[in-house]
Amino acid sequence: MNSEKKEYNVLIVEDSPTMRQLLTFILKRIKGVNVVEAKDGVDALKKMSVNRFDLVITDINMPIMDGLKLVNLIRKDDIHKNVPIIIVTTEGGQEDKERAMALGANAYITKPIQSAHLLEVIKQYLK
Amino acid sequence: MEGEKEGKKSSLLFNKRAEEFLNTFKKGAEFAQQLLKENERLRYRIAQLEEENKALKKMKWEEELEFLRKRVKELEMEKEELLKKYKEVEKENIDFAKKYVEVEEENNNLANLYIASYQLHSTLDFKEVLQIITEILINLIGCEVFVIMLFEEKSNTLIPVSAEGLNIKDIPSVKLGEGKLGEIILKKEKWIRDYYPNEEINIENPFAIVPLEVKNTLIGAIMVYKLLPQKQKLEKIDYELFTMLAGHAATALFSAKLYSDSERKLSTIQGFIQLLTKK
Repeated sequence: MNSEKKEYNVLIVEDSPTMRQLLTFILKRIKGVNVVEAKDGVDALKKMSVNRFDLVITDINMPIMDGLKLVNLIRKDDIHKNVPIIIVTTEGGQEDKERAMALGANAYITKPIQSAHLLEVIKQYLK
Repeated sequence: MEGEKEGKKSSLLFNKRAEEFLNTFKKGAEFAQQLLKENERLRYRIAQLEEENKALKKMKWEEELEFLRKRVKELEMEKEELLKKYKEVEKENIDFAKKYVEVEEENNNLANLYIASYQLHSTLDFKEVLQIITEILINLIGCEVFVIMLFEEKSNTLIPVSAEGLNIKDIPSVKLGEGKLGEIILKKEKWIRDYYPNEEINIENPFAIVPLEVKNTLIGAIMVYKLLPQKQKLEKIDYELFTMLAGHAATALFSAKLYSDSERKLSTIQGFIQLLTKK
């Protein structure tokens, strides 16, 4: 993590309130992290249009717009095309992972999550 | 006559000088002898001193060697001591790292339990409670195929109310105390197989059964048939989550049901009152 930068904006995109709360709880353990929650891909894009984010953590299976479509759109967006994206999903298949990575995701973590592992990955991308 | 006298005189003088010369020569010879002796003595002394010097040199070198040997020993001991300390610190480091992992795991577990119970009691809407139980089973435990059943006291039967990975219409009700499932649920104790089966899903043969109860009153049950592909076995936290669900999911479902019943009754009473007041 960059020691000079003090604040990080992280967007959590997850339809399950339980998972949103758990991810927020884990993220709040990192000093200087501000969490914004979105319940699906469309909600995430709305929030990205008014805020700049340092990291996006997204689920794949969500109503209205899924996580893969969201990754695809973020990579085409001029402002956020370089933002690191971590996928957190129940889809544990190799094909799903390859598809997500091919679309531009930076990391792929399967549920149920281990907070220590997730924190390690998050810290790697919060630069 | 005078010539004879003169000759005797010079002969005497000659003899005297010869004697003097002899004396001087003798003295010179004695002196040379003395010098030779002194020389011999000095040579001997030099030889003696050289021997002494050699001995001294040898002694000094041996002393130095001894000193260095001693120092090497001291340094070796110091090195041993430092290595011992290093090993101790390393062991301590490993212990700390282990403790950190344990604390981190415990923290993770507590976070899961706290969030699960918080979410379960965050609503009085029956459908939402079912949704939250489903989310906990999928996201926090890692269940892929499962059924949630509610106990109907009148018919003494458990009726499926929610299913994941199965068609709810294909799931039969379970009569309490009858069949394998009914007998396990009647005991009101969670039942989890020792091993994770790699067999086809059989409704009668789940991997885990978690009866939901409020103070010994059966509310329902959760039957788990399959875990997510990336989850090969249950962890310690999963057992704790099942225990938490057994109590908290039961309370949440019971409260939500009571609330919806009271809401329904209230609207019926209000309807009656309206009907009566209209007349």
